[in-house]
Amino acid sequence: MQFSGRRNKKLIPDHHAELYGHCLQFYGQPPVENISLAEFETFAVERLKLLKTVENIGVSYVKMSDPYKKKLEDELKKLHFPYRPAADDLKSQIVPTEHEKRRKDHISHFILRLAYCQTEDLRRWFIQQEMDLFRYRFSELQYYSKDKEKEFLKENHLHYDTVSDEEKSSLMDKLIRSSFYVSGPKVQDLEFYKVPFQDALDLVRSRKVFLRGGFAFIPHQEIVTIVLNDFRTRLSKALALTARSLPVVQSDERLQPLLSHLSHAYVGQDYSIQKNIGKISLEQIDSLSTKSFPLCMRHLHKALRDSHHLRHGGRMQYGLFLKGIGLTLEQALQFWRSEFIKGKVDTDKFDKAYAYSIRHMFGKEGKRTDYTPYSCMKVILSNLPSQGDYHGCPFRHSDPELLKQKLQSYKISPSGINQVCLRDFNSAE
Amino acid sequence: MQKITSANNYDQASLPDLLPLYYRRVFPFSQYYRWLNYGGVTKNYFQNREFSFTLKDDIYVRYQSFGSQSELEKEMQKMNPYKIDIGAVYSHRPSQHNTVKSGSFQALEKELVFDIDMTDYDDVRSCCSAADICSKCWTLMTIAIRILDRALREDFGFRHRLWVYSGRRGVHCWVCDEAARKLSVTARSAVAEYLSLVKGGEDTVKKVQLSDPIHPLIQESLAVIEPYFPSYALDSQDILGSKESVEKVLALMPEDILCQSLINPVQFNAV
Repeated sequence: MQFSGRRNKKLIPDHHAELYGHCLQFYGQPPVENISLAEFETFAVERLKLLKTVENIGVSYVKMSDPYKKKLEDELKKLHFPYRPAADDLKSQIVPTEHEKRRKDHISHFILRLAYCQTEDLRRWFIQQEMDLFRYRFSELQYYSKDKEKEFLKENHLHYDTVSDEEKSSLMDKLIRSSFYVSGPKVQDLEFYKVPFQDALDLVRSRKVFLRGGFAFIPHQEIVTIVLNDFRTRLSKALALTARSLPVVQSDERLQPLLSHLSHAYVGQDYSIQKNIGKISLEQIDSLSTKSFPLCMRHLHKALRDSHHLRHGGRMQYGLFLKGIGLTLEQALQFWRSEFIKGKVDTDKFDKAYAYSIRHMFGKEGKRTDYTPYSCMKVILSNLPSQGDYHGCPFRHSDPELLKQKLQSYKISPSGINQVCLRDFNSAE
Repeated sequence: MQKITSANNYDQASLPDLLPLYYRRVFPFSQYYRWLNYGGVTKNYFQNREFSFTLKDDIYVRYQSFGSQSELEKEMQKMNPYKIDIGAVYSHRPSQHNTVKSGSFQALEKELVFDIDMTDYDDVRSCCSAADICSKCWTLMTIAIRILDRALREDFGFRHRLWVYSGRRGVHCWVCDEAARKLSVTARSAVAEYLSLVKGGEDTVKKVQLSDPIHPLIQESLAVIEPYFPSYALDSQDILGSKESVEKVLALMPEDILCQSLINPVQFNAV
């Protein structure tokens, strides 16, 4: 974007018609026009709303399931963003026109790049939501027009190696087993592509593809994951570049407050500022755990009291939470030491093995980062619990039956329990 | 079957006496250097490698780096580390990281390393728990190594795999192919997830969910396990030997097979 302040009255309408030939894009070229500050702000705020919705829908519903797609379509319509190749878009008189929607999509994406390029966390969040949005739009493109899909891929210089017929027939059984939604006879007719596994990480991660010799064998309909990978790589590089030009942008006083507001908006409540230090006593913790703790923390506290120990994941999740509610370092050390001593750990061992990491949590060791408690998103999506662990999110990581029983024992009303248990948390990706 | 415990073979108190001998007579410095130097193809690959030492009294020192094999030898013989961690190859010499402009000092490459720890199998072994290992449950490690090695070799095409005993209760696999060393963080987690089947903490009873049909990876892995199963599970771990154990097994079986076993009890009792 040009921030030179010089008035440039030359707009090129023909160029725009080509630029916005599809309902989605790779955002390869930044916009080159002037817009008002008001439009700048509106576009940015609306895209942020969109991306936050993408994030929320992605946690509540299985991604790309029908309810997910419906919700996303509704949001895109509401905020006037493009979502589907419309047959008569260019002739439509309804305002905003398809062209205007695509222009907004283009500009708002680039504005948010400015706000979200600065830290690893911001970049990761931005890339994730943009990818989910792109995935949805690409699938709509595929569904509504195979021709447009081919055109889009060609225009963006994306082509992949096909698997020969001989190789396909020798691997037939394995291809069927790994592309489970594709049945036997169909595999024969389907086009398969061979890409290095590093270019198909989403498929590899969920084991939805056949791997051999470092190559992933992708059936045509899964090409979207390769395209997405490309999208992610390009966006990641672009954000790194944007970060380098950021100082120039930030020196513009009109933009700096808006950009900084945008990048903080998604975090929600800020628990990094310690407002309640020293306001909790250790004696209160047991009763607070049943009255005020979120379920995951209550769960961890009970596991700690019962077995006088927690593994690393649990210590991190619960330890940072205790810091967030106001425990001081001295209190934390006392709390953990007194509990661990009741178990198999003596004071010496505790001081050697565990005290360091507690001090580390409070920013008193190592690179001295004052770590913030985990957000729900982080607890749900990262560091999944395994055998011997009590951390994670019970709504997401526990067996539904066990969760139900636990809620019943906590005297939650039956209608409340039903509401919770009906939400299909366990199958959301 | 003897339990391999510290009382019989190893006493930590004697390390200060034994380690100097070990580092002077036994430690394979030239092979170690030859490996980590990777043929000297990339400039400063060895010099920019981080080593961490755990010394006596749990003192942990990071950002050790060496200009040559003899520098490495001298330092190790001087410090006599209890434990050595091989870190990543960085953009600059790790020992000089404080002199580098903040943000410029970055990890560039690292082998892909897998750590198999016996304690992760505590719920399927009854002979030992925690840090103990014996020849009965070590079979699990053999099976795990075979499964993983096949997948890394055939599925991912990795050719340079180094398997080592970790020193306590497990094994490490170092994948040293160039492609592996250059893998991004996301790629590494994708590989790990591809290879993951057991999911869930203490609150999940059935930690393995299989799809139908099963993926070739699972199919191949089952073929590895099958010959070991009767002697491991039925003989040495005796999973059908107690009521408690039998119930645990039944809780893991799919509903449809359980129902069938009730309809045709004779068929299922004839094991």
